[in-house]
Amino acid sequence: MRPDSLGFCRQLFVRHLRCGVRRVEEVFNSLVFFLMVVTLFPLGIGPDSNTLRELSPGIFWVVALLSALSVSGRLFSADFEDGSLEQLAVSGHPLGLCAMAEVLAHWVLSGLTLVVAAPVFALMLNMVPAAIPTLMLSLVLGTLCLSLLGGIGAALTVGVRRGALLLSLVMIPLTVPVLIFGTSAVGEAAIGYDPSRWIALMGAFAAMGLLLAPLAIGAGLRISLEQ
Amino acid sequence: MTRGYRALLAGIDLDIKPGELWQLTGPNGSGKTSLLRAIAGLIRVGVSGTIDRPETLLFQGHAPGIKGLLTPLENLQSHPGGLIEVESDRVREALAAVGLLRFLDTPVMRLSAGQQRRVGLARLWLSRSSLWLLDEPFTAIDRQGTTLLEDKLRSHCERGGAVVFTSHQDGKFGANLNQLELADYAAR
Amino acid sequence: MWKIIHKFGSPPWFFRFATKAVQWLLPLMLIALAVGCVWGLLYAPPDFRQGNSYRIIFIHVPAAVVALAGYYVMAFAGLVSLVWKIKMADVAMRAVAPVGAALTFVALVTGAIWGKPTWGAWWVWDARITSMLILLFLYVGVVALFEAYENPEVAAKACAVLSLVGTVNIPIIYKSVDWWYSLHQPASIKFTGESAIDASMLYPLLVNIGAFYLLFAVVVMMNMRATLLETHTNAAWLREAVD
Repeated sequence: MRPDSLGFCRQLFVRHLRCGVRRVEEVFNSLVFFLMVVTLFPLGIGPDSNTLRELSPGIFWVVALLSALSVSGRLFSADFEDGSLEQLAVSGHPLGLCAMAEVLAHWVLSGLTLVVAAPVFALMLNMVPAAIPTLMLSLVLGTLCLSLLGGIGAALTVGVRRGALLLSLVMIPLTVPVLIFGTSAVGEAAIGYDPSRWIALMGAFAAMGLLLAPLAIGAGLRISLEQ
Repeated sequence: MTRGYRALLAGIDLDIKPGELWQLTGPNGSGKTSLLRAIAGLIRVGVSGTIDRPETLLFQGHAPGIKGLLTPLENLQSHPGGLIEVESDRVREALAAVGLLRFLDTPVMRLSAGQQRRVGLARLWLSRSSLWLLDEPFTAIDRQGTTLLEDKLRSHCERGGAVVFTSHQDGKFGANLNQLELADYAAR
Repeated sequence: MWKIIHKFGSPPWFFRFATKAVQWLLPLMLIALAVGCVWGLLYAPPDFRQGNSYRIIFIHVPAAVVALAGYYVMAFAGLVSLVWKIKMADVAMRAVAPVGAALTFVALVTGAIWGKPTWGAWWVWDARITSMLILLFLYVGVVALFEAYENPEVAAKACAVLSLVGTVNIPIIYKSVDWWYSLHQPASIKFTGESAIDASMLYPLLVNIGAFYLLFAVVVMMNMRATLLETHTNAAWLREAVD
């Protein structure tokens, strides 16, 4: 760790944000993807608004998970291919921390934008309006967890051929708690119960993730660079 | 050193002193890139023995290590190997030295492959590391660039730095060049 | 203590140890399995509520217990490999993964066989079975990650990281699935305090659990010997040991 490491990582975070904002199309693409997949559900299940209302927390979270999966795949691949990741590894800055800068920037661009757009999608699925604030709060924490887990998976699979499928295989079992906490929180809120237990659990999971993910991501990236 | 349970190299004892210019030679597949990456610390699995390296070093691998969406100025200003804020004057000097000053504000992806490599090489003019590890630095560079690079490497060594590079070409370094022939160290 | 670990870390020593261990443990394991299975499947009394169909528990529970323990063994081996850089730990991890996956699969299939007469459906999404399924996914992830890398030494490190991440997550996954759906019978074996199972059923179950642990150990050691044979084909000590 160099004395200027923290400042460097902060700079890196800002730089990734700026790059992401320059490519606004990507943000829009993931929202449109979300919209399209949400549309598939009524088409598949039937337009009955009561069924949709009951199923809406689950549908929402499954789609959020799939969306996070598809986006995580590109997290480190550009840096891996153009050699920037190598440069980071050799620079003496802690690799895990630098990667966290990228993961968090990615979360702001993909996860938080989803939170902002969530009410629209929720209403399309006939979700009980009273549950929507809970949905948004749980999404803030949940998308953070998904970004962290996606970062771990991406770090381990970035150098591998057909890494996208492998990433899904590796990531999905790990994201089960997020799914369960999220849907339970929204489900409880929808029938009028207090969702705070689930939100607290989600928060604890996110906190643990913030502490441990840098280690795992750093280790994973170094391993990917060995090839 | 092993790669995937297959022993690659054995018995290398290399001491790189300030002012020395080293070239790793050997046929394709003899492990030049692997050895260089091991020295850089990128490869640790399968390496037995110790490697002492200075606190900072400069490594240039096969990929130029620059981001296509940014301009050369932005790339070099925020490079992880350097200090946080490299003054843009120094960046301009470096780019001028490699002959790319007029592309200062062009996104790198619009430059040719050779020009992109030159942007990567501009780092050499900004670096404060004493040890330079360069993997095939002479690829995709024209004759003028080659002379430029050779001069730069020589002057770095004269100022007390050290360079280890791999190359298929024979540069004009004359007697100052130390060579390590990897075929001599191939493990059976 | 360190000397023991270092001895295990040496391929020639381990190869000889494993060969002898397998020779001794294999018959022991077969006997234990035979005793446990025959006792449980034929001689234990029928259950008050489930009649004879509960007997599959004598295979389902041991498989499930050892499958979960196996993941921790694999993660521990991964930890040893990452921190102390002992290559034999890599070999151990590679050996455990498919065995654990197979045991999880057996647990799932026998769970389904148990479920049909008991609850009327081949598959019920209750907490234990669902957690087992996710454990299977975790195992498959490790195996797939290993196959994806070209360099097996590097692959082992990646799998070590993944299994450690999985280990941290497993209690959370199990607990969250538990909260999600608690239909499955609560755990009926407690080693501290009273069991909810009658002694006449408990003993064959414990015998079989022990037998499955032996099975695990035997198969893993056989796997490790096979890996050593593959990777050290030209080593002198190997030719000696095999001749």
